[in-house]
Amino acid sequence: MVGSIAAIGAGLAAIGAGIGIGQIGGHAMDAIARQPEATSKIQTNMLIAAALIEGVALFGVVVSLMGLETGA
Amino acid sequence: MDNPLVTPEIGMLFWTALVFIILMLLLTKYAWKPILAAVKERETSIEEALNSAEDAKREIAELKSNNEDLLNEARAERDEMLKEARGIKDNIVAEAKTTANQEAEKIVAAARESIQHEKMAAITELKNQVAVLSIEIAEKILKDELSSADKQKAIIDNVVKDINLN
Amino acid sequence: MRSILITITIMLFSLSLLANETEHKAVSSKDEKYNPVPPIMEHISDAHSWHIVGGGHDAIALPLPVILWTDNGLVVFMSSEFHHDTKGHHIVARNGLNLVNYHEKIYVLNDGEEHLDIDEEGKVANVRPIDISITKNVFGMLISMLIVCLVFFKAARSYKGGIKAPKGIASFMEPLVLFVKDDIALQNIGEKHHRRFVPFLLTAFFFIWFNNLLGLIPIPGFSGANITGNIAFTLVLSTITLLLTNLNGNKQYWKHVFWMPGAPVPIKIFLIPIELIGLIAKPFALMIRLFANMTAGHIVVLSLVSLIFIFKSIYMSAVAVPFTLFISVLELLVALLQAYVFTMLSALFIGSAVAEHH
Repeated sequence: MVGSIAAIGAGLAAIGAGIGIGQIGGHAMDAIARQPEATSKIQTNMLIAAALIEGVALFGVVVSLMGLETGA
Repeated sequence: MDNPLVTPEIGMLFWTALVFIILMLLLTKYAWKPILAAVKERETSIEEALNSAEDAKREIAELKSNNEDLLNEARAERDEMLKEARGIKDNIVAEAKTTANQEAEKIVAAARESIQHEKMAAITELKNQVAVLSIEIAEKILKDELSSADKQKAIIDNVVKDINLN
Repeated sequence: MRSILITITIMLFSLSLLANETEHKAVSSKDEKYNPVPPIMEHISDAHSWHIVGGGHDAIALPLPVILWTDNGLVVFMSSEFHHDTKGHHIVARNGLNLVNYHEKIYVLNDGEEHLDIDEEGKVANVRPIDISITKNVFGMLISMLIVCLVFFKAARSYKGGIKAPKGIASFMEPLVLFVKDDIALQNIGEKHHRRFVPFLLTAFFFIWFNNLLGLIPIPGFSGANITGNIAFTLVLSTITLLLTNLNGNKQYWKHVFWMPGAPVPIKIFLIPIELIGLIAKPFALMIRLFANMTAGHIVVLSLVSLIFIFKSIYMSAVAVPFTLFISVLELLVALLQAYVFTMLSALFIGSAVAEHH
């Protein structure tokens, strides 16, 4: 039971991260299309932002892991 | 925090810290410093090479322009020399001409003088000859004239008559 | 060259599948619902011996030294003395203490007792000695340290003897070294200060990367330990970043923390606790990110393999194997990306601490 709730928590975190990273990726593509010469800079910043969002999502996953009772 | 996954173990903390710090010290001493130094050295050497190539190019350009200058100068000098030579030649020719003229004039003058001389000598000789001849002729005539008393008398008379008493 | 790499990768992963398969056989042969969580947890957790194949008392495992600091002094013995026992049954007596291994944690049995003191909730009341054993992760870390040293010492040696183009391993590593130095350190920290932090960033980048990659190699003895997915490992690295950031913080940095310029006084006061939390939260995020990413990668790969055993059908491998291959290749990318992100963010935090006026 706890495991299932933890899984739901992880799934919710994944939704949030998915939306966030999708936004970043989409806007980064827009930005690159608009200014192809700034591609490398945009990519770096995109990766940083994605990593930050992912970090938040992973907090969620870790918190659900904490709740997950493992062992035999 | 029951999950062993999210509970840091003291042993792993200890070993990670130890390994990481040892690794950092080792790599800094034996890898990062030599590698970065070598890369930096290479960068500077490439930069230097590029700079020196640039310098060489500039030098070559300079040399080229120098050569051009030299060539121009040489050309100008040659022209001048030619001009000078021409002038000298003209001078020499002119001088030679004048000397020749002078010489010729001198020769002519000398010739004229000697001709005059010869002429004078000839005239004198002629005069002398004429005089001698005249004397001879006069002698002969006189001998002839004075051969007889009559004639002598006639002459004296004649002279006396000429003298006349003035 | 590329085809060789791909072949090796595929070979390694197929080996990993084989290894997993043999390992799970013993469990799945029982006629009950297969629970993939315990073997997965076993794979991604630390252990005192390096399990290779088999189960129970027949298991083949690489014994590793157990080093304990107990009340009665230092205790050192090989993990093989536990005879693959992780249930707390096999007792090893040393220095007048009875030691047992219970879920890869070593406990001291109370005097005169033969079993651990476990309550209804499964909590163990026994004393744990200070355990600084060479565990699976530590051993893997030592191997990766050796590999990193070999690679870079060899690379560094190839630079000796005058200026020349990088050859061999140096030509592969040099762009990465320069990338970390120029695009991570220089760009985020700035020309004036970056030189001091380059050794840390380079070491962190390559150590994390090599550990990530070694974690993907499923052959025991090479690695396969979930080192970077161990919270203690990431905790140490992020603590170093935290220390480097705050010990090098200049006046500007601390002013931003305690008295945010350009904000009204009530907001300044309000911002102090937020900024203080931020000081810790940033390295904390760094720790969680690397840990969770690598652990998640391992869990996904193992879960996909577990599908075969959950469905108890060999045909399931037609789905599981390609997916595992795909995820494993993705993990190769993630291994590099997480090393990059960790180094990049460390540089960013350090850069914000040493930055001059904006």
